[in-house]
Amino acid sequence: MGEVKLLGGLGFSPYVNRVEMALKLKGVEYEPIAEDVKNKSPLLLQHNPVHKKVPVLIHNGKGIAESLIIVEYIDQVWQEGPPILPKDPYQRAMTRFWAKFIDEKCIIATWKACCSTGEEQEKSKEESMEALKFLEDEIKGKKFFGGENIGFVDIAANFIGYWLPIISEVKGVQLITEEKFPNLWRWMNDYCNDNFVKGILPSKDALVERFKSK
Amino acid sequence: MATSGVKVLGARQSPFVNRVVMALEMKSIDYELVEMNPRLKPELLIKTNPVHKKIPVLIHGDRTICESLIIVQYIDDAWTNGPSILPPHPYDRATARFWAAFVDDKLVPLLGQLREAEGEEAKELVFKKFSEAFMQLEEAFINCSKGKAFFGGDSVGYLDIALGSFVGYIRVAEMMNETKLLDETKTPRLDGWAERLYSDNIVKDVLMDPQLLLVQLQSGFRHSRSSRRHRETRVEARSLRGNMKEQCCWRRGLCEMQQIEGLFLWREP
Repeated sequence: MGEVKLLGGLGFSPYVNRVEMALKLKGVEYEPIAEDVKNKSPLLLQHNPVHKKVPVLIHNGKGIAESLIIVEYIDQVWQEGPPILPKDPYQRAMTRFWAKFIDEKCIIATWKACCSTGEEQEKSKEESMEALKFLEDEIKGKKFFGGENIGFVDIAANFIGYWLPIISEVKGVQLITEEKFPNLWRWMNDYCNDNFVKGILPSKDALVERFKSK
Repeated sequence: MATSGVKVLGARQSPFVNRVVMALEMKSIDYELVEMNPRLKPELLIKTNPVHKKIPVLIHGDRTICESLIIVQYIDDAWTNGPSILPPHPYDRATARFWAAFVDDKLVPLLGQLREAEGEEAKELVFKKFSEAFMQLEEAFINCSKGKAFFGGDSVGYLDIALGSFVGYIRVAEMMNETKLLDETKTPRLDGWAERLYSDNIVKDVLMDPQLLLVQLQSGFRHSRSSRRHRETRVEARSLRGNMKEQCCWRRGLCEMQQIEGLFLWREP
């Protein structure tokens, strides 16, 4: 299926992790290339001149940027592995909807709720609670957002499932508790303890160190 | 795929709604437009889009789908007869998605920024951002069109819909600010595409001519119940709308065009 390279960070980015998860789900061999985002390589600037960000997937010399667009690309190209998005058009639409919701409404709000201060933090906490309630309802009755197996939304929600609890712990801001969000709490545990996911997530200690300095 | 029971909750002036309508027209799908003002938070909108409470919403039988580009992709997936909206090749598809996301994330917000900008200096800053965004889209056009008329090739596709739905508002912003945002000297191919867009059969049926759009928006802006000038502008706008209804007749007369004041002052839905 051609030569595959993944321009990634230094192991901390949930966005890069999404692509790693998709590649590993499909059993795709790839060459990881670490990028120092403070000192961007010519390869990164060549293949993502618009945003100059990781992740970038380079497949047969052609670059694809934006993590969820890359994941859909992987799903379309490598058809022999397990499907990441559902085949049914309506289920696909709902999957895309929730992944977009996570990106636009959950990640920034929860990050700011943990890492900002004052009025901005209070506003972000409220926004986070509102957003997380929708996810709580969506995961009810399902093992994963993708059903019995990890799917597109679970991949998109990696920040919620793994990064957020670590940041919460470091910053002392608890957003998702078993009491407030029992379904999401249960999903987080299932997700992080899943054998496949566990093997791809970065080390907790490394992330703790990283966020202590932010 | 059955085409019965397809409704679009939306508003005629909304570029996001227009994306959906263009996609439905491309696939020759019968639909009913249910016009509503999202600012009034109508019950049907809250029920079908409880998360964002925004238009457009596509109702297809017992299914509801939200977010304009997600709806367009749903239409492409669900109705496999008719032309493809997204390119078939995975790389081209990813590229189209990338640039559509760029339109939503980087270009569209500039219209709001321009509206809010106070003073010439602030406006100049926004003009500069438009220029940068269009230079990037010029490159995108060269790569995607591969020498043909549209981003989608010989006929309009996903990215033509995503960006094309905003061309009218870009032209209106140019007229209102007496400046060129999409400049044929800096981005000749993109400008050429924008001109060609309105000659496409689907597009010209859906997208309002920028000159008429400007009159509509100005009618709304100059709204004053008591003034004679108000009555004149409303009459002018009404007769233009009558003409527009003929010019931009949505499919098979199913669209009921209603006067929705607030939407003439277009905001992101």
